[in-house]
Amino acid sequence: MNSHIQVRNLNVFYGKQQALKEINIEIPRQQITVIMGPSGCGKTTLLKSLNRFLELTDGTQISGQVLVDGQDIYASAVDVTEVRKRVGLLAQRPTPLPMSIYENVSYGMYIHQMRKDKREYKDAVRHYLELAGLWEEVKKRMHDPATSLSIGQQQRLCLARGLAVEPEIILGDEPTSALDPISSQHIEKKLLELKSQYTTVVVTHTLRQAKRLAEHVIFMYLGEVVEAGPAQEVFNHPQQERTRQYLEGLF
Amino acid sequence: MVITLLPLFLISAVTIGLLLRSWPILSAYSLKELLFGSIWKPSQGLFGFWPFIVGTFWVTVVGVGLAVPPCLLVSIYLAEYAHAFTRSIAKPVLDLLAAIPPVVYGVWGLLAIVPFVETFLAPFSKRWLAFLPFMAVNSPTGFSILAGGIVLAVMIAPLVISVVFEIFATVPNDLRFASLAIGATRWETIRRVVLPQVLPGIIAGIVLGASRAFGETIAVLMVVGNVPQVPGSLFDAAYPLPALIANNYGDMMSIPLYDAALLCAALILLGVILIFNIAATLVLKRFMK
Repeated sequence: MNSHIQVRNLNVFYGKQQALKEINIEIPRQQITVIMGPSGCGKTTLLKSLNRFLELTDGTQISGQVLVDGQDIYASAVDVTEVRKRVGLLAQRPTPLPMSIYENVSYGMYIHQMRKDKREYKDAVRHYLELAGLWEEVKKRMHDPATSLSIGQQQRLCLARGLAVEPEIILGDEPTSALDPISSQHIEKKLLELKSQYTTVVVTHTLRQAKRLAEHVIFMYLGEVVEAGPAQEVFNHPQQERTRQYLEGLF
Repeated sequence: MVITLLPLFLISAVTIGLLLRSWPILSAYSLKELLFGSIWKPSQGLFGFWPFIVGTFWVTVVGVGLAVPPCLLVSIYLAEYAHAFTRSIAKPVLDLLAAIPPVVYGVWGLLAIVPFVETFLAPFSKRWLAFLPFMAVNSPTGFSILAGGIVLAVMIAPLVISVVFEIFATVPNDLRFASLAIGATRWETIRRVVLPQVLPGIIAGIVLGASRAFGETIAVLMVVGNVPQVPGSLFDAAYPLPALIANNYGDMMSIPLYDAALLCAALILLGVILIFNIAATLVLKRFMK
C-alpha cells in the first residue's frame, strides 16, 4: 500500500480521560478512507489529529506521531499553518465566513499569497467553485454574503474554500450530517470525483454512506482501532467479532 | 411589573424635575448664550457653560483615548489567546478594579498622578512637545486635564475590557475554526474574521466607557484643578460639568438663577449620558441575543 499518512502510537487525552489509545494506522494515497464506528468512539478525535486541530481545545494531551509523507506534523520545527494548508477540513456544519461568496473562496489564497494579481484570483475562485460544483449557481451573485446560500450550497462553498489553498489531503467530519438528502448526494459525488487527486479521509456514522464512499475502512470502538483494511475485505470478511456485530447493526 | 417599570419612571421623573427646575434660566437666556457663553460669573448674571462643556469633553476624550488601545489589546488577548486559567484569574481581578470606590481613585490621582504630571510629564512636554497644539505647559501645577484623563482611563478600563471581552465571546468558535482550518494564523483569523464581526460592539463598549467617564465626578474633581476657564492645553486645569455641580450646589443659593443654572448643567449631563447609553445598549443588544 502506498500510504500517505501514517499514525504511530497515537494517544490522546482530554484532561484525564483517554480518547484515543495506541492508534497505529496507515491511510492510502488518493483514495477515500472512511473512519466508522459508534458515536463517542474517537472517530472525530482521530480525524482532528491529522490537521492538528486537537490542540485548539484546552487541556488536550497528545503523544505519538502523525507522519504525512514521512514527516511528523507534530515535530516542533513544523509550522502548524503549513500543516493545515496541506490538510483541509470540511466541518460537520457548513461554516461560511462572514464575507461574500467570492471572498470566502479567495480568503485562503489571499492569506497564503498564492496568486499575483486580481485577474489570477478571479480565475482561481471560478476554478475552485467549478471543482466544488457550485459555480453555475453562484456566478451571478459572487458578491452576495455567503450566508445567503442554502445550507447545501454553503457546504459546497466550504469545499471550494478548502480546495483553494491546494491541500493534498481532505478531511471530512461527517460532512453531510447537517444536509438534506439531495445536498448530501452532491457532496458525496464531489468527494468521489476528487478522490483521484486528493487523499480523502471521511468520518461517518452511517454505514450506508461508508459503503458508498469507502475504498479503505478504519473501524473504531471505544478509542481503539478494531480493524482497518481495504473496504471490500472489511465489509465482506470482517476479521474481528466487534466489526461483524457493527456491520450487522447490533450496536 | 410595576417594580420593573420603576426605573423608567424614575428616569422620566428626574428628567422632568430637572427640566422644570432649570426652566427659569432656560427662559431667561437663549440656549446659545448658555451653551457657548464662555464667562461664568453667576454674581454678575453671566452663566456660560462653555468652559465646563469643553473641560468635560477634553477630560473624557483624554481618558477614553488613553484607555482604549491597551483595553482592546487586553480584551483580544483574554478572548483569543489566553489560557482558561489566565482568564479565570483576570476576570475577578477586573471586577475588583471596577469595585474600587471612585474616591480612592481620586486620592491615588492626587498623591501619584498629579505629582507625576507636575514633575515629569509637564517638564517633558515643555521641553519636547510644546510646539504641538494642546501640549503647551502654562500652569505650573499638575492639576490638569491630563491628570484627570489618566485617572479616568484607569477607572473605565475594567468596564471597557469586560464589555469588549463579552463581545468577542459571542463570535461562534466554528468561524475561528473555519479560518484556522485553511492555515490562517490566529492573528489573521482575528483580524479578518473576528474583528469585522465585533466592530460595532467594540464601538458600543467604548461609548459605554465614555459615558462612564463623562459622568465621573469625585475622582476627576480631585485632580483636575477646577478653574472655570476654557482650557487650551492638556496641562491646563479644567472644570468639568459634574465637578461644577458637586462643588457648588448648596452654596451661594441666594444668587438669582444660580440654582437653575446648576440644575441646567445637570440636565445637559443627564441628556448626554442617556443618549450615549441608549445608543450603546441598542448596539450591544444585537450581540447578546
